[in-house]
Amino acid sequence: MGRYVFRLPDIGEGVAEAEVVAWHVKVGDRIEEDQTLVDVMTDKATVDMTSPVSGVVMAIHGELGQLVPVGSTLVELDVEGAGNADEGAPASPAPPRRQAGESPELAAAAPPPPPEPKPAPAMPRPDGVARPADEVPIAAPATRRRAFELGVPLQFVAGSGPGGRITPEDLDAFIAASGAASPSVSGPAPRTAVSEIKIIGLRRRIAERMQDAKRRIPHFSYVEEFDMTEIEALRRELNEARGSDRPKLTLLPFFMRALAKLQSEFPHVNARYDDEAGVLHAHEGVHIGIATQTPGGLMVPVVRHAEALDLWDCARELTRVTSAARDGTATREELSGSTITLTSLGTLGGIAATPVINSPEVAIIGPNKLVDRPVVRDAQIVIRTLMNLSSSFDHRIVDGHDAARFVQRLKRLIERPALLFMDQV
Amino acid sequence: MQTVKTKVLVVGGGPGGYVAAIRSGQLGMDTVLVESGRLGGTCLTRGCIPSKALIHAAGQFEDMAKAARAPRFGIGLPSAPTLDLAATMAWKDGVVGKLNGGVAALLKRAKVKVLTGLGRFSDAKTCHVAGADGETIVEAEHVILATGSEPVALPHLPFGGRVISSTEALELQVLPEKLVVVGAGYIGLELGSAFRKLGADVTIVELQTRILPLYDPQLVEPVRLWLDRHGVTLHLGARALSLSTNGDGLIIADKEGAAITLQADQILVTVGRRPATEGWGLKEMAIERNGPFVRVDDRCATSTQNVWAIGDLVGEPMLAHKASAQGEMVAEIIAGHRRRFDPVAIPAICFTEPEIVSVGLDPATAGPEAIVGVFPYLANGRALSMDAGADGFVRVVARADNHRLLGVQAVGQYVSELSASFTLALEMGAVLEDIAGVIQAHPSLGEAFHEAALKALGHAIHV
Repeated sequence: MGRYVFRLPDIGEGVAEAEVVAWHVKVGDRIEEDQTLVDVMTDKATVDMTSPVSGVVMAIHGELGQLVPVGSTLVELDVEGAGNADEGAPASPAPPRRQAGESPELAAAAPPPPPEPKPAPAMPRPDGVARPADEVPIAAPATRRRAFELGVPLQFVAGSGPGGRITPEDLDAFIAASGAASPSVSGPAPRTAVSEIKIIGLRRRIAERMQDAKRRIPHFSYVEEFDMTEIEALRRELNEARGSDRPKLTLLPFFMRALAKLQSEFPHVNARYDDEAGVLHAHEGVHIGIATQTPGGLMVPVVRHAEALDLWDCARELTRVTSAARDGTATREELSGSTITLTSLGTLGGIAATPVINSPEVAIIGPNKLVDRPVVRDAQIVIRTLMNLSSSFDHRIVDGHDAARFVQRLKRLIERPALLFMDQV
Repeated sequence: MQTVKTKVLVVGGGPGGYVAAIRSGQLGMDTVLVESGRLGGTCLTRGCIPSKALIHAAGQFEDMAKAARAPRFGIGLPSAPTLDLAATMAWKDGVVGKLNGGVAALLKRAKVKVLTGLGRFSDAKTCHVAGADGETIVEAEHVILATGSEPVALPHLPFGGRVISSTEALELQVLPEKLVVVGAGYIGLELGSAFRKLGADVTIVELQTRILPLYDPQLVEPVRLWLDRHGVTLHLGARALSLSTNGDGLIIADKEGAAITLQADQILVTVGRRPATEGWGLKEMAIERNGPFVRVDDRCATSTQNVWAIGDLVGEPMLAHKASAQGEMVAEIIAGHRRRFDPVAIPAICFTEPEIVSVGLDPATAGPEAIVGVFPYLANGRALSMDAGADGFVRVVARADNHRLLGVQAVGQYVSELSASFTLALEMGAVLEDIAGVIQAHPSLGEAFHEAALKALGHAIHV
């Protein structure tokens, strides 16, 4: 039997002392390796100290609330074998384990002590290797590097090679036996550099406009589910029958037609609000902004007078203005003057979004992703193509009730696409 | 004046700095290297490489001089060889130039921007580089300090006139008739021996009571014997005092304290090197020091975040290969790899006559527990066939309990190249049985390593 002295290890981060906050063992306890002995608190974190060895607690040092310096004796254990008490140097106990919920702060590089928090392995030692603390584990450079990268302290890895050398296979076995290395210590080192990227050009314009829109406009967002089965059937039919002179139809031209049709019923939704003058410009012409991702960032080219375009013309104009925006040839005219905006992320459409209004407009409509779902129709479960439609309205102009009514009318037009093509609805 | 922003700034183009810069470039990081002199630093331009070139030339000259005195291996020369030291230096400069150009090409290939000029930091991340065509301000996310070291002068014997450092010794155009070397470390002995081979009358003055005080006496003895046989005068336990009044000699106090004047055409002072910490704004960077060195941890991180330091600047051993290894590591750490500097051993070589290699622990450091195996050159066919002297040996030091290799030392002509095997064995964690189990080519000096391991195990074949 030997005496093993457990001392408060260097917890890193420049911590010179720690407060004893909880004892988990008392004198006479038989404890197992890796069992928690004591919790200590620094100004950074509460850390539980685990025992690197199995043994019987012979003495504990440190009252609750007492500040103990690094290196001072916390626990004395009677252990099988030689122990470490007769050695002058402080023992190296298992490195501390951070308690869940404590955010591991990265210390600034400040040697001494070492600037990195000590790797905190919470690993079992499959082979129960009790290598004396002052014995350097032997392994080839590649093995040492891999262990370090994985956060595996070689001190605890059994070596099967000549003279106890830790072979690559020993390391594999250790990792396999202890599960994946603790994620907090494996993988690449923390990276502390910060790049400065000037926000200029289009990105700055976008930033300013978004900030302005969100600051000025009290957004009211509303999401409704649309049944797209019929309109999708119609769209497919039209696409299959179209001649080579006609563009392929996406859903957006149908929404453009619908917005154009709703203008007369909701004149204050198709509008631009000059809030400084306190005047709402309600337009009879429906100029639809199309949110478009370009290489430089978000742009909103405009299809003008959608009320005067048929479905195919809507599609043509849509393609023309978005292409112009993407290749940078859009004119000023094509990039301004919209009265309402459509934003669609296509296949990235997601379930719902909270679109930001293209100020000074008062409404923005964003179709989400289409998905086939079983739904109940006439007491039967049927497969229907469903889609959410997200929208935001300027609550200063459009009341929630009117916004909801607007979306419900839009839903009716889209779900019964024949209505889109009738003069009287 | 222009401002350059970069991810990595490396200050110093020596074996630490240029390797760090190349590795940074390889890893795709924007890298700027600042060097005030020539690329390659002390090692390439005024240290390792030029001194080895001079030593090689001196060896050739000595062999011919011997042949002129009396035929060797049946080869004689009718008259003594002639020496044009200026031409020797020109050849040496050619070697340096070739390597210097090679470094520039490697940096270019790694897309490293090289700024020539003296850098000076105004804060930890901002370096003002005074170049020939104006000042450039470099703002960097990461700074790697690799400013190296410089020769130490004795306070009462400042460099100038006849008093020279290793830098000037490697530029001499005329062979000094009488050369006094102050300091019997490896630099003083390497250069002193080379000038002796070239025909100079060489006297060595050393404060301590033996030469190469950092190596054990057994290892150093063949070098002492060579100096003795070649008429190099040693003043051990002696102190260099000052220039003589008329300036053509050095006054020393010998080990009894008696003043002696040594006539000297040149006085080569090689009493050590110190980290180059002055003149480039280290104070402004507010970085912690460790004695004369910059304090770093095992990742070469300084006390200031994202400022790194490598090589001679951070401590002993001041060796080019240590600097290179640290430079490569720091570049990888900056790129996000998880690395630390944890070599088992860093080899050191003295290119004295004969050469000394030391890796890892010597018997005294390893303690009485260790087992030691020595194999002499005399019993090695290759050594005999190269007339490599009778004094050489290879010595292994290992733990008694598990035969783990702790260190390898060797002394002898051509033995420096064996450092590769020695270091590899130590880094791989070899035991004596590993060394004994490797078949070495015959005839080669490497057999001596094999036999030394066998000796330690108690069953050497050839002794």
